[in-house]
Amino acid sequence: MTLVVSVKNLSVCLSGQEILCDISFDLHAGDFACLVGPNGSGKTSLLRCLIRVYSHWRGEVVAFGKPISLFTQKELALCLAYLPQADGIAPPYTVEDFVLMARYPFANPFLPPNQEDRRAAEDALRMTDLWSLRHRVMRTLSGGERQRAYLAAALAQQAKVLLLDEPTTFLDMPHQEEVRSLLHRINREWGVTILAVMHDLNAAALAANRILGLRDGRLLFSGSPNEFMTPDVVKTLFGFSPQFVRHPQVPVQMIVPSPAGGA
Amino acid sequence: MNRRTGGFVVIVLVALLVLGIAPFAGGDWIVPWNNELANSTISRQILLNLRLPRVLMGFVAGAALAVGGVAFQAMFRNPLATPYTLGVASGASLGAVFSLQCGLAVSIWSFSTTALFALCGALVTLLIVYGISFWRAELSVATMLLAGVAMSFLNSSLILILQYVSDPVRAFHAFRWMLGGLEGTVGYGDLKVLWPIVTIGCLIILGIRRELNLLALGDEWAISRGVSLLKTKALLLFVTGLMIASVVAICGPIGFVCLIVPHITRLLVGPEHGRLIPAAAILGGAFLVACDTVARTVLAPTEIPVGVITSLLGGPFFLWLLLRRPLSWEWLS
Repeated sequence: MTLVVSVKNLSVCLSGQEILCDISFDLHAGDFACLVGPNGSGKTSLLRCLIRVYSHWRGEVVAFGKPISLFTQKELALCLAYLPQADGIAPPYTVEDFVLMARYPFANPFLPPNQEDRRAAEDALRMTDLWSLRHRVMRTLSGGERQRAYLAAALAQQAKVLLLDEPTTFLDMPHQEEVRSLLHRINREWGVTILAVMHDLNAAALAANRILGLRDGRLLFSGSPNEFMTPDVVKTLFGFSPQFVRHPQVPVQMIVPSPAGGA
Repeated sequence: MNRRTGGFVVIVLVALLVLGIAPFAGGDWIVPWNNELANSTISRQILLNLRLPRVLMGFVAGAALAVGGVAFQAMFRNPLATPYTLGVASGASLGAVFSLQCGLAVSIWSFSTTALFALCGALVTLLIVYGISFWRAELSVATMLLAGVAMSFLNSSLILILQYVSDPVRAFHAFRWMLGGLEGTVGYGDLKVLWPIVTIGCLIILGIRRELNLLALGDEWAISRGVSLLKTKALLLFVTGLMIASVVAICGPIGFVCLIVPHITRLLVGPEHGRLIPAAAILGGAFLVACDTVARTVLAPTEIPVGVITSLLGGPFFLWLLLRRPLSWEWLS
């Protein structure tokens, strides 16, 4: 398996506070890794370091054999596509324009989008099942459609690695399922490596082949979903002891919510 | 033809109409098909050396202000942001008031003393604002806006002190300058300096339209698409700042164009900057020329400062737009 991203001893301080401390992990081609951890554990910060929203980190991050500090921002965008947390922004552009804007790292500033840009956008729109909605303005889309459009834009960027920050927040359960199966297809059919921040532990365990567990800026766990779904690991990371039940179809433990009023 | 192309056509037609009428309008209308023009040297002089350069100056200045407004509203993701928010206008006013109060007389090229001092004032203010926000916050949007507002207040109070202690005649001259206007345009001297600056500035801003489209979505989105934030912002600030400072130095702080023209243009041609920037330039130019024509016609031979007219006409029109279609936050970009 080829190494695509390798993080060594990554630490970052923001306004004097240590947000991430000594993080090391590798991502291999085709990985679907989920980043889990309590709120404020540094999950988003980790993604932001990788895409250089934060630039004052210490340590070493290598993407495709080259330290990311040596990339220009455009070159980095060709390797890593980042989807920030949906903060309710609803761009006023049409879906197609929005997706085409993701072709920025390829674009010649003096020319309109070329054939290749259009094809990449079309592929991404068809993959996310938005082709028929491409002339709609983004803000008229439903939450699920909008999330798919964000994904389509990230796909049109044709990066080998997708960094996703909570791709299923604000979505109802069917739409969460829909986005997850879409991610699964992107990962399998297009061979895109995915690193996603997830809050839903069950979903993470089902989707990922690797789980990375963060707490207080430290990477406390890295392993398979089955190794993750144990009382000890969940207790260490989240400080609570839930009940586990085996998934009826796949050999993975699932967390079930406790009945109201305690067990 | 879709709605947005239609919007563009409307803008171009309005601009052609305004530019066609404006040079002939005035206290004394010059009617081209009268023999007067052919026979009278004075009429020809007025038309070619007073009204035409003034109309052209108005167009260039209006275009620069509108494009500057578009760029800053996108970069700051704020419907109220204009180059003036960062203290360009107040800095230029301080410089101009200072030179007028002290009765200084220096001249480089064809620039007047007041224009030179205004340019210096604007640039110093911008440098302080950029310096602080670059040094402390990597050009963060909020820091820049707040630093700009703080500098504006500082400049305003310095202006008030200068005005308060000086003699009334000079104070009136300074006051008049701060209202802004195009009546200083005689001949083509200033225009020759200004139009290349504005043309190059607008072309550079048009060249980074993709970055503006992405910046309008948010810094993180822009970065993840490969926009190198610091470089783009620095270029944008430098180019827009210089362009607007030159306009303000020559025409005074004409208000409102850089605030409302971008919004009106966005309504007409949509938020995509490839279309928005040229459309705003044309509409901004036409708007300022129209306002200036009104300013020198209605009370002729007395002139009303054009800065008053832009707000007087633009304000109610903008309020009417807001009544018809409230501009939400998202609408901005």
